[in-house]
Amino acid sequence: MGLKLRIDDKDVEAMEGETILDAARKLGIEIPTLCYHEGLEPYGACRICSVEIEKNGRKKIVAACCYPAEEGLNVKTRTPRIDRIRRIIIELAAINVGEDLSGKFLELAAEYKADTSRFLHKVKVEPSKCILCGLCVRRCVEACWDSVIGFVGRGVNRRIVMYPEKASVCSTCDHCHGICPTGRITSIGPDPPFPSIYDVLAGRE
Amino acid sequence: MEEIKRIGSPKDLENLRRRLKLKKRTDKPVISICVSTGCAALGSMKVLEAIKAELEKQGLAEAVNVKETGCLGFCEQGPRLSIHPKDICYFKVKPEDAQEIVSKTVVKGEVVERLLYKDPATGKVARRLDEIPFYRHQVRPLLANNERIDPKSIEDYIALGGYEALAKALFKMTPEDVIEEIKRANLRGRGGGGFPTGIKWETTRKAPGHVKYVIVNCDEGDPGAFMDRSLMEGNPHSVLEGLIIGGYAVGAGEGFVYVREEYPLAAENITNAIRQAEEYGLLGENILGSGFNFKVRVHRGAGAFVSGESSALMNAIEGCIGEPRPKYVHTAVKGVWGKPSCLNNVKTWANVPLIILKGAEWFRKIGTEGSSGTAIFSLVGKVNNTGLVEVPMGITLRDLIYKIGGGIKDGKKFKAVQTGGPSGGFIPEQYLDLPVDFDELYKVGSMMGSGGMVVMDEDTCMVDAARFFIDFLLEESCGKCIPCREGLRLLSRILNEICEGKGVEEDITIIEEIAETMRDASLCALGTTAANPVLTSLKYFRDEWDQHLKAKRCPAKACKALINYYIDPEKCQACQLCRRECPTGAIQGGVDQVHWIEQDKCVKCGSCYEACRFNAIVKISGEPIPPPPPKGTKPVRRRGGR
Repeated sequence: MGLKLRIDDKDVEAMEGETILDAARKLGIEIPTLCYHEGLEPYGACRICSVEIEKNGRKKIVAACCYPAEEGLNVKTRTPRIDRIRRIIIELAAINVGEDLSGKFLELAAEYKADTSRFLHKVKVEPSKCILCGLCVRRCVEACWDSVIGFVGRGVNRRIVMYPEKASVCSTCDHCHGICPTGRITSIGPDPPFPSIYDVLAGRE
Repeated sequence: MEEIKRIGSPKDLENLRRRLKLKKRTDKPVISICVSTGCAALGSMKVLEAIKAELEKQGLAEAVNVKETGCLGFCEQGPRLSIHPKDICYFKVKPEDAQEIVSKTVVKGEVVERLLYKDPATGKVARRLDEIPFYRHQVRPLLANNERIDPKSIEDYIALGGYEALAKALFKMTPEDVIEEIKRANLRGRGGGGFPTGIKWETTRKAPGHVKYVIVNCDEGDPGAFMDRSLMEGNPHSVLEGLIIGGYAVGAGEGFVYVREEYPLAAENITNAIRQAEEYGLLGENILGSGFNFKVRVHRGAGAFVSGESSALMNAIEGCIGEPRPKYVHTAVKGVWGKPSCLNNVKTWANVPLIILKGAEWFRKIGTEGSSGTAIFSLVGKVNNTGLVEVPMGITLRDLIYKIGGGIKDGKKFKAVQTGGPSGGFIPEQYLDLPVDFDELYKVGSMMGSGGMVVMDEDTCMVDAARFFIDFLLEESCGKCIPCREGLRLLSRILNEICEGKGVEEDITIIEEIAETMRDASLCALGTTAANPVLTSLKYFRDEWDQHLKAKRCPAKACKALINYYIDPEKCQACQLCRRECPTGAIQGGVDQVHWIEQDKCVKCGSCYEACRFNAIVKISGEPIPPPPPKGTKPVRRRGGR
């Protein structure tokens, strides 16, 4: 039995277990994503896919990649409020990306008129080009059945490293390279794009 | 003779209770000493040893019972010791007092006056707890038993009616009845969200699947809060009994108790309680002969504040990193290992046996229409009496701070109170008569939280206070989602700059934009509520922000970068005290020469300010520093000076 919902004033039917994002794509409505990939479990980290839903007369912002389609749900994907949120998320993410933009991130920055250098002078962070979307990590675990790369650290110290004991196991499958939305992963194989955990701990990154 | 402990039926439980009551109804006096973390840190274990040694010495070891009990909340007055049946209460007891306590109070029934609590406001001494203003205005169904129970003894708990509620639930009520009773009582989640507990239980009960879990959340990490710890340390069986009843109601066969790493005694006591309950047949297979099976495991946290968030906590139980996950499908339906999991705070669980035993009507009589029962607050900051207080919901902030808290320290002026932990808002003086409950606090931009309450006086800078909490959350954010991770980083940077006098007016716009994005788009409640302290500070104390931004002045004289210390030559008595304290040698002058501060050398540590006995050292902010007095200026001697 299909669930009937409305997205940007268009009716659509979704299956049980599908998300707002799935339903929107059926209609050809583009909701931007950074940490989402069809082949992986939704992660809900970048929040760029935020949309406005109306439920029981109350408006709420939710992440389209995770929110399950519900009967009678009314979704708006482009409102001034949503555009503002997306613009600020891009500007915030740019703190890590730095000024050397590329790939999907650059396209999104242009679309939402984000001033990617807005906060750079406020927070002096060595740009790593990585927005910690975790796609490479999840790709490695979920799709390749191994975890050569993973997260270390908490909060602003969070980063992605290659686990040293696994470095030799890396099958150079190239999947992490292809999935990266910011172009951080530039090379594969013998010269890994990630610092090893020893380098991180020793501050040699 | 090995005693068979296992209780096979409610009747056996009643018989045991009767036996225990008879055993305890002797004329033996009881000395109960708090050995919870607070009092133990102040040396209560040494007091305990001294009391035992003294009783031994006077040949009274057999005639007097010494009991180690849990926390009564008035920790700043610890170590606390009570002597029953007269209920005499001594505070700030030292091991040296043991001899006097035993020979006077225990043997002769006389009171040792100097160990009694003395009200600093009126000078009146109090013999019993209920004579102390701090306790007089409290209602303590949850905390009261902490004084009467040895947390390591299940028999103490049973003697006071423990596990009677469990027997009632298992034999006289269906699981649906239990849920109905909790719903009628209008019990709301004590972890801060205030979600109706009965509805949560019903969701888990109705969720598909045979394997379900119930979980105790004891990952209390708010700075200055220790409500859950005190309950867990002082009365672990009350939490466990609530959990078993909850397991029965939602149809779970297994429960978890998540205890944060920093609470070793809480973990020890609950582990011990679980083992004892198993021995007595109150946990495990066929509980009390009812056919209901239930087991409980303790899970120790690994030191992350964010693990108190339900989905992060469940990740941690699964052995993964304690990070929140998207939970548009409630954890009550899809939680630990994807199974329906009902998570409640320690205080919520501890309320359950009381409601089952005394009924929903009793519970609803306490508190307000929307928020029933009592709330436990950890009242800290610039109040005279700090500690744990249990009050009916709906008490006003004014009563809490002035009647129970004894007003503001050192006769200073009240400025704000922060409720709900690090992401709660600041509530200004105009709302002091606000009744404290889930809904009212939310209306003024704060929240109930799990019960932290920090009182601030006129010396607190509200910009600096907002900075402090943002910095705390920055440390504790897991870093998974962009709005929280980067938003906090940016807020922290901006707030630090403002406190250093480097802020610009445009910063306010940025703060507001970031705060909106964090509130709307963050993954979990840590991010969505993180900006509350900043937003309420901006809303109610805008003038202080403007002073920092425009005049580069800190009106409360708390922001180090914006103040200078200055010695008033009229008041300085050239006593040299500040000169000796100064770590950088910034204070010039000498014997019989008025002192002055060389500003270039001053690191603004405040040592001189603390040391001066003549109030000659003043803090100035946003105004020029007067030039030093001419060299060799003699002090103006005050009459009666030293």
